[in-house]
Amino acid sequence: MAKRKLRIMVAKPGLDGHDRGARVLARCFRDAGYETIYTGCHQTPEEIAAAAVQEDVDCLGLSCMSGAHRYLFPATVEKLRELGADDIQVIGGGIIPDADYQVLYDAGLKGVFVPGITLDDIIKWINENIVPNMKD
Amino acid sequence: MEIVKKVRDGDVRTVSRLIRRLEDQIPEAKDTIKKIFPHTGRAHVIGFTGSPGAGKSTIIDAMIAEFRKRDKTVGVLLVDPSSPFTGGAILGDRIRMQRHSLDPGVFVRSLATRGALGGLSKAVGDAIHILDAMGKDYVIVETVGTGQQEVEIINHAHTVIVVMIPGMGDEIQAIKAGILEIADVFVINKADRDGAGKLYRELMYMLNMANGFPGGWRPPIVRAENMFDAESFGRSLEELTNAINEHYQNLVDQDLLGDRVKRKTMIELNEALHSAILDPVLTALVESGEMDSMADKLLKKETDPYTLAEKVAKQYLSES
Repeated sequence: MAKRKLRIMVAKPGLDGHDRGARVLARCFRDAGYETIYTGCHQTPEEIAAAAVQEDVDCLGLSCMSGAHRYLFPATVEKLRELGADDIQVIGGGIIPDADYQVLYDAGLKGVFVPGITLDDIIKWINENIVPNMKD
Repeated sequence: MEIVKKVRDGDVRTVSRLIRRLEDQIPEAKDTIKKIFPHTGRAHVIGFTGSPGAGKSTIIDAMIAEFRKRDKTVGVLLVDPSSPFTGGAILGDRIRMQRHSLDPGVFVRSLATRGALGGLSKAVGDAIHILDAMGKDYVIVETVGTGQQEVEIINHAHTVIVVMIPGMGDEIQAIKAGILEIADVFVINKADRDGAGKLYRELMYMLNMANGFPGGWRPPIVRAENMFDAESFGRSLEELTNAINEHYQNLVDQDLLGDRVKRKTMIELNEALHSAILDPVLTALVESGEMDSMADKLLKKETDPYTLAEKVAKQYLSES
């Protein structure tokens, strides 16, 4: 049987056009051997969650530079839950103050990555924590 | 049987999971296809191909809107290449059509080629069946950005659209074999750019030289320009949509639809035979280490590939 391939989506919720980071990550995920779906800028949590379900991803990475992460990240997790897809692991990154980490973890995010963390660290974290979904 | 019902009821999670399992070649997924197969054959399958950056995804996005205006449901499969080195992929076609992601009448799924040649993924044939069984009126398939030779799409689509842009080469390109032969409808995209008139004339010459067309269908050439001018782009898209529907009607009227479908069934049968007959042999050879030792023999020039293949064939064919 072929080894299951990890599928990951990179998405940018909200009014935020700064997607250099998201693109660098998408490229780095490609090089790590993941199938990476990038959905572009200015997406609503609803649109992102619906796309993640249609694409059957194992992991959803949210990027936000605008400061609205405390609203947008939990809202996306909630939308996934509504679609019965709370098994999709959500991680987030961007310009996020230390004080907000716990808020995001409490909202259901599995990882928070901010400037200073290397791409290798992120890949290592994903390889250790995200398992390709085997459920029906 | 439960899963078949869920697919037919259009359950998004079930469908996307099933496609995933087919891509990963999980054996049970094939059993599901066996049960779904009788429920297929209703959707009009449309293939979009053309060079990278020609505008395939953008045109598909506008087509979805056009079909939805006509109250039709749409399934979309988008294929992008896998890295030959890492197996990873960036699937970016979806960006152009995210505005439809909340529309329950539209299902969009990206697939990586995973090493398949011909511009598609191996799972595409079955994924089309699934979206068909899901009840989508149209199934649109976008190939990877193609060169000259990736013509696999004709084995899956009833109607093939080749999207071209000006400035890609001289008139010799237009008489070469391959991708230009498979078009049922041509689109000249970005037709406000220099060279669009020349491209149009070259395609006309090419079509004029053809020795008749199957079913009398001469591929029309649709020009689309400036997607930011909603009115003119919308008109082009309406023209394209009509041409696609007319082409399908022509296949039906001229009794040619069966030929197209047969092409696909032949390929599917071929692939099924391959995986039923050849794959077990290859797996056995790899697992027993025989594959490696044969490769070593070839490297040392002790024998040649043909002799080895004949030996293996004799061994396995006599077994059954």
